[in-house]
Amino acid sequence: MNLYIQPEYEVVRDESRCIACRVCERQCANLVHSFDAETGKMKSDSTLCVNCHRCVCVCPTHALKIVKSDDTYKVNGNWSNQTINEVYRQANSGGVLLSSMGNPKEYPVFWDKMLINASQVTNPPIDPLREPMETKLWLGKRTAQVKRDKKGKLINTLAPQLELKAPILFSAMSYGSISYNAHESLARAAEELGIYYNTGEGGLHKDFYKYGKNTIVQVASGRFGVYKDYLDAAAAIEIKMGQGAKPGIGGHLPGTKISADVSETRMIPQGIDAISPAPHHDIYSIEDLRQLVYSLKEATDYKKPVIVKIAAVHNCAAIASGIARSGADIIAIDGYRGGTGAAPTRIRDNVGIPIELALAQVDERLREEGIRDEVSIIVGGSIRSSADLVKAIALGADACYIGTAALLALGCHLCRTCHEGKCNWGIATQRPDLVKRLNPDVGYKRLVNLVTAWNHELQEMMGGMGINSVEALRGNRLMLRGIGLTDTELSVLGIKYAGQSM
Amino acid sequence: MLLREGQFRNPSGCAVSGIIDRSGKRMSGECMIRSISVMHDRSNGLGGGFAGYGIYPHYKDFYAFHLFFDGKGAQAETEAFLGRHFEIAYSSQIQTRKIPSVTDEPLIWRYFVTPLSRKLADSHLDEREYVVRCANRVNVQIAGAYVFSCGKNMGIFKGVGFPEDIGRFYRLEEYEGYAWTCHGRYPTNTPGWWGGAHPFGLLDFSVVHNGEISSYDANRRYIEMFGYKCTLQTDTEVITYIIDYLVRKRGLTLQETAHVIAASFWSTIADKDKESREQETLLRRMFPSLLVTGPFSIILGYTGGLMSLGDRLKLRSMVCAEKGDVAYLASEESAIREICPQPDKVYAPAGGEPVIYELYDKEAVR
Repeated sequence: MNLYIQPEYEVVRDESRCIACRVCERQCANLVHSFDAETGKMKSDSTLCVNCHRCVCVCPTHALKIVKSDDTYKVNGNWSNQTINEVYRQANSGGVLLSSMGNPKEYPVFWDKMLINASQVTNPPIDPLREPMETKLWLGKRTAQVKRDKKGKLINTLAPQLELKAPILFSAMSYGSISYNAHESLARAAEELGIYYNTGEGGLHKDFYKYGKNTIVQVASGRFGVYKDYLDAAAAIEIKMGQGAKPGIGGHLPGTKISADVSETRMIPQGIDAISPAPHHDIYSIEDLRQLVYSLKEATDYKKPVIVKIAAVHNCAAIASGIARSGADIIAIDGYRGGTGAAPTRIRDNVGIPIELALAQVDERLREEGIRDEVSIIVGGSIRSSADLVKAIALGADACYIGTAALLALGCHLCRTCHEGKCNWGIATQRPDLVKRLNPDVGYKRLVNLVTAWNHELQEMMGGMGINSVEALRGNRLMLRGIGLTDTELSVLGIKYAGQSM
Repeated sequence: MLLREGQFRNPSGCAVSGIIDRSGKRMSGECMIRSISVMHDRSNGLGGGFAGYGIYPHYKDFYAFHLFFDGKGAQAETEAFLGRHFEIAYSSQIQTRKIPSVTDEPLIWRYFVTPLSRKLADSHLDEREYVVRCANRVNVQIAGAYVFSCGKNMGIFKGVGFPEDIGRFYRLEEYEGYAWTCHGRYPTNTPGWWGGAHPFGLLDFSVVHNGEISSYDANRRYIEMFGYKCTLQTDTEVITYIIDYLVRKRGLTLQETAHVIAASFWSTIADKDKESREQETLLRRMFPSLLVTGPFSIILGYTGGLMSLGDRLKLRSMVCAEKGDVAYLASEESAIREICPQPDKVYAPAGGEPVIYELYDKEAVR
């Protein structure tokens, strides 16, 4: 008994517009569209559709749309259609449900419950069109000693730091989970923007070593692609302890996405699922983490900052405090909305906490312990706009990772089917015919546009607050007010309610 | 109910003025009263104050504590505390003159003290840190008592009222110092608490400030990591702590401190010579959270000198002048011309440019 499951979305074709040019058929890797030679008309099979909107976008006569199906089981406040269907699917297959991208459930989004301040009368707003408005910053430790040479000049005793022209980095997305062209787009955009992209745990393709000074390389539990040249090529090294989309488990890359090229870059066999271990098997405790941090520093001659990335979980403030004392230069925290190329659905949708709350608590805890200067904080998962960016910095972040937003800039339509490896947009796929749809010359420019636009908006909002350096916004929580929040939420976020004055 | 100062954030607009005779010759406080009175409209009668340097030559080796008390109970409790921690060389009520417009004054007392040597040794603290912590304990732990000045051979005099009235109230024409600063306040909240007036002091540092900084909470949350507690929630308080931290605790020079607080823009730094570029870049990389943005102009008083500093966009005015050995700093040129009609030189420093005037012989006043 393999129960038929009605598709969630239906392909609707306006027959009066369709010219049967068959472009939808050629563009759909899921084989939804076909040409019926007998009738001379196009047909579509909605059961195969993932709602990626590729056909809608390429249809020259705009004859296509995708609508939510109005088919429904008997309406039930407890058992939604999706919940019922997932039971049927698991009863059919006996398998773990897989999903991609970030948690889509309707949990509160705290970014949308915070409002930003602006200057009126008593101090002037600053006009970024006419005055300098600094978004440049440095990431890393700031715990230098004040030492002087014989002439009394200060000596630089700072640990290595990363210089950024804007408080934005592209977050970790591995080659394998996304395509060669997507990686090239990210790398070139990072170089042009004076920021960084992150290899994820998939190693660094040999063609991209030239972007090393804008590259953060990841060392994850699978150690895919990690060797001396890889570490040496990078501007910084990130130890991935966890990921917001799937806290507590390792990375998943389905064998279908492990092409010859991916296999070579990752140093693993072709075509076999790459599942990284849940823990690093040399890190079962905080003191073990310290050893890996210093192993990597030793291996690279103490010339590069080391980032430790964790998923936002209940005890992240205490964990971050431990990391700040472990020799790490930067802590990256990934919220439960963070994206992924593949994760068990139940974990993606139920494990971890919102990044807003995690960030507020980590920043406050590090300050209470007087160790905020030991580390910079990068947050991600998910930063959706420059407004989220401003709020994150005001809560205490040094900079933000963007992943999903960067993929959207490359054409992603959030169909959340990356794990199937048939991305019609040429992003989350390794099929050469699909990869070539993403032109890196266009893709990198769109990423540059996105970050440039956000940086302009950041400057506008900073100017409105009378702040002309992003460093004076960091942790400046009086610039935020809560709306629609409980007392507990306000106290966790460390902000006042809208209408409460300074 | 109106909250007391310190229970809410209190930004304010203001007037500032300062004077120093670099030869060390002492002047009465009269000149400052005249200077600040010209800028009457920059205050609103909710706060005025003065700091005088070199005013206590006979007690120059003692910390001069100036205190406000709400009543005799707070005074008795404070005196018991001071007696446990210091040798009190001399104490008296600070002499004042009744002025119709100055009302609701607290009890105002002065104590010349030196730490008890045994207590100091047991504390394992540097003497100055010991004094700061004792002053903070009075302010935080004894209700109705407030230490508003605790430096050596200097004193702060402040209250609620227009600054010229406050100056007459404290009979400042009877004091003589080699340097003075003063402040007229235009707060945008109305607490009417004497301790909330300015200058704000910490040891021999005193700060008068005009402006409303936008970086306040970033600065506050950072500086509180190092044991400071911003109880008054004013810009002046946090700026004083930043200066104390960078100069006294970290050992930066005043010039370097200025490059942290009012750092040049990265684009400006890029155009400087190699050495300046490296030094200023390093300071910005070491202390980014102590950059102060938004409008401010301050005059810092310290033993042997005055420094003025404005924000890097110069959103608040500051004028400097010199006449012989005497140097003047003020929000408006008129405040200088009032007491020095024909200066040798008048100029307006650039945004973020510190102006430092020190005694030719700083050792003479130590």
